[in-house]
Amino acid sequence: MEATKKHFFSDMNVMLGRSMRHIFRSMDTIITVTIMPIGFMLLFVYVFGGAIQTGTDNYVNYLLPGILLIAIASGISYTSYRLFIDVQGGIFERFHSMPIARSTVLWGHVLSSLVSNALSVVVIIVAALMMGFRSSAGVLPWLAVASILMLFTLALSWVAVIAGLSAKSVDGAGAFAYPIVFLPFISSAFVPTESMPPIVRAFAENQPVTAIVEAIRALLSGQPVGNDIWIALAWCIGITIVAYIFAMRAYKKRV
Amino acid sequence: MQNNSIQVKGLQKSYNQLHVLNSVDFEVEQGSIFALLGSNGAGKTTIVKILTTLLKQDGGTATVNGFDITSKPDNVRQSISLTGQFAAVDEILTGEENLIMIAKLRHLKNPHQVTDNLIKRFGLTDAANRRVATYSGGMHRKLDLAMSLVGKPQLIFLDEPTTGLDPEARLEVWKIVKELADSGTTVFLTTQYLDEAEQLADQIAILHEGRIIASGTLAELKKLLPPTKVEYVEKQPTLEEIFLAIIGTKEAK
Ligand SMILES: Nc1ncnc2c1ncn2[C@@H]1O[C@H](COP(=O)(O)OP(=O)(O)OP(=O)(O)O)[C@@H](O)[C@H]1O
Ligand SMILES: [Mg+2]
Repeated sequence: MEATKKHFFSDMNVMLGRSMRHIFRSMDTIITVTIMPIGFMLLFVYVFGGAIQTGTDNYVNYLLPGILLIAIASGISYTSYRLFIDVQGGIFERFHSMPIARSTVLWGHVLSSLVSNALSVVVIIVAALMMGFRSSAGVLPWLAVASILMLFTLALSWVAVIAGLSAKSVDGAGAFAYPIVFLPFISSAFVPTESMPPIVRAFAENQPVTAIVEAIRALLSGQPVGNDIWIALAWCIGITIVAYIFAMRAYKKRV
Repeated sequence: MQNNSIQVKGLQKSYNQLHVLNSVDFEVEQGSIFALLGSNGAGKTTIVKILTTLLKQDGGTATVNGFDITSKPDNVRQSISLTGQFAAVDEILTGEENLIMIAKLRHLKNPHQVTDNLIKRFGLTDAANRRVATYSGGMHRKLDLAMSLVGKPQLIFLDEPTTGLDPEARLEVWKIVKELADSGTTVFLTTQYLDEAEQLADQIAILHEGRIIASGTLAELKKLLPPTKVEYVEKQPTLEEIFLAIIGTKEAK
């Protein structure tokens, strides 16, 4: 035990370096991840946007937070895909037969997921800027936005670990992300919840995406964030903890 | 002192209803080459996984390099290395990066030096900076083997190291295994090929229906057969000898 704990950070470093190489050698995955959200953004701004009443004069500003969440939700399917490939390919077993801090095998994937999703988020923000996104927010609100997005990515990355460890096929490893990608559509990401029928509205107002979207939107537009930011943080941390527990269970089954 | 690298007593393992190992006993002497023979599905890989701490046994005990696999798995991992049945290499990294990664995970002081030596030894110099995804099957196997030698572990597990290799690559693997044993490393290998066990192993054990049904040196195993009759037959070259003669491999005797 002692020997392997001592090497945690050095092992972590090696695992992270490995995952980052995977990501930088498949930059096309970043593009794949960003194309769909950017497509949605174009569609909603230039096709549906005129008909949607949000009470803001700049619909890109309104839309961007939800688009970023969609990007992250689809980005993490690559995290589970990469983990699945490790498990199938045998390198997972090789690592486990070695005297290393075992948890770094998973943390390497989770941390590199944070980096690759941060890249996608930057690409999408650049696209949004070109479409007229503007924000008056200062450094602190931006840092708060970055933190919320990081926590959201962390939470979903651990969900991705569960999928990567327990999937039976490559398709299965990625498919868990679809419902999560869909969640922003039943939230205040595209239209205000007031326009929805009561049941849908109740769901929309009480699911995590709405709180996260509202918090980010308020931060970026310099409005008071109110309770939304705490609800958003509670969701992210709660999901992280639950997903982590289930990921560890799936992991114990594997080793 | 401990003279056995591996000591296995009454090992049992089932997958749900399927009893794969009923009661397996054997010992592997330090510095020897031990071959575990068995047909498909006999449970060879299962034994390897248990001894390399990847799988927990249902019953029985085993010590590896003097450490109990259940209570001291970290010490076991410290002193062994595994080349699994299917190549366990990172396809996206280059061969060199794969080796450096393993050297760093073994916390060696000079990962680059170790890597360079292994690349030369395995004749991978030209391919070292290519992504492993572009390697042939034999090159995959060689890299896989090289990764297991990083850090000179005392005991190496090779699960069917030559399955899927052409005869030439097979002889190369045999040569490496012999060199390992000569330098004092204990080698535990599984195989389905009788001639492989015959060529390499000091000790052979045959796994059948969840038990070791026979074990010993080649000479001892031969004694189990009825006394040999002397017959005169014209010796035909084997296909392997013909193949090797035609492609002019030096190792071919
Ligand atoms: N994870 C598992 N779940 C269920 N059954 C398994 C599992 N792993 C192996 N088995 C079964 O256990 C038996 C022994 O498998 P094992 O892989 O140890 O055989 P082997 O001797 O290595 O065979 P081969 O020569 O084909 O590699 C087989 O019948 C196999 O189907
Ligand atoms: Mg096998």
